[in-house]
Amino acid sequence: MDMISEDKLERMTPMEKVRMILDGVKNGKILVLEKGLTPKEEAKLIEMTMTEITPDDFSGIEIESYPTKSNQKLLDKLFRKPVIRTRLTVIGPANQLKTLRKDKDFISAIVSSQ
Amino acid sequence: MGLINKVKLNFSSMFKRIFNKKKARIGIYGPPNAGKTTLANRIIRDWTGDAMGAVSSVPHETRRARRREGVTIESNGSKVSLDIVDTPGLATKVDFHEFMAHGLEEEEAKRRAKEATEGIIEAVKWLDDLDGVILVMDSTEDPFTQVNVTVIGNMEARKLPLLIAANKIDLPESSPARIRTAFPQHTLIPVSALDGQNIDSLYEEIAQHFG
Repeated sequence: MDMISEDKLERMTPMEKVRMILDGVKNGKILVLEKGLTPKEEAKLIEMTMTEITPDDFSGIEIESYPTKSNQKLLDKLFRKPVIRTRLTVIGPANQLKTLRKDKDFISAIVSSQ
Repeated sequence: MGLINKVKLNFSSMFKRIFNKKKARIGIYGPPNAGKTTLANRIIRDWTGDAMGAVSSVPHETRRARRREGVTIESNGSKVSLDIVDTPGLATKVDFHEFMAHGLEEEEAKRRAKEATEGIIEAVKWLDDLDGVILVMDSTEDPFTQVNVTVIGNMEARKLPLLIAANKIDLPESSPARIRTAFPQHTLIPVSALDGQNIDSLYEEIAQHFG
């Protein structure tokens, strides 16, 4: 299991994050991101995951994050700038990580070896 | 993006609001088997007399996005003309064994899995070209799926309107209240796309939200 700090994630571009996640997951790792992905990055991750799925080898990812929060200050509202606060995210191979229960503040998952 | 561009964008969105744009391109999103195509068929049949596509209990029946232009919905004095895009079910994994469990041969299951991954990519790309989304959730299932969280997050980040259709209320185990608790910030309409239960309330909200 790799735990990636918020500082490290902030230094990475969206594409670098997606690449790091997919490389890690395809090597059988579970990744815990201290600060999760933005909704656009999540969409990009889903898209890239689909291009890498192969029968009998890699069937995709299990990704669990809490819903994002939006904190807007007055100036941001004036300029309609969306401020999205992402939260802790766990990502792993679909055949090894399975979510048991999830709500907006709680994730219960089971991790198994292949 | 520079300050001037931001101001321009804000004025543009303000103008749209003031002059109340009456044509919008709306995507129907959701996980596989939530009833997206059943809902798209219901809407299009009710307002044009046609149908959108085939439905099936096997996941990923819709593997290509389909667009139907100029569907005019009129409800409670509001009228809106929509381009409706029925998208393939979003997922983070596609395993061909799942299709074999539904009785497909291995070769056919692998082909379907490949097409399903392409369909998901297509659905993600469509997010950039929409004015709003109807997110279809199966109200018999846990609403906190990554697909739901991702679609809602993307709509909120883009500040685009979103309606949640809590589908399958014809089933005794359905619980639209569970979805409402999960995503209280968005308008939710309990419906049965299959038998048309409460569909008029959905049309009313569509005309108001996307008009």
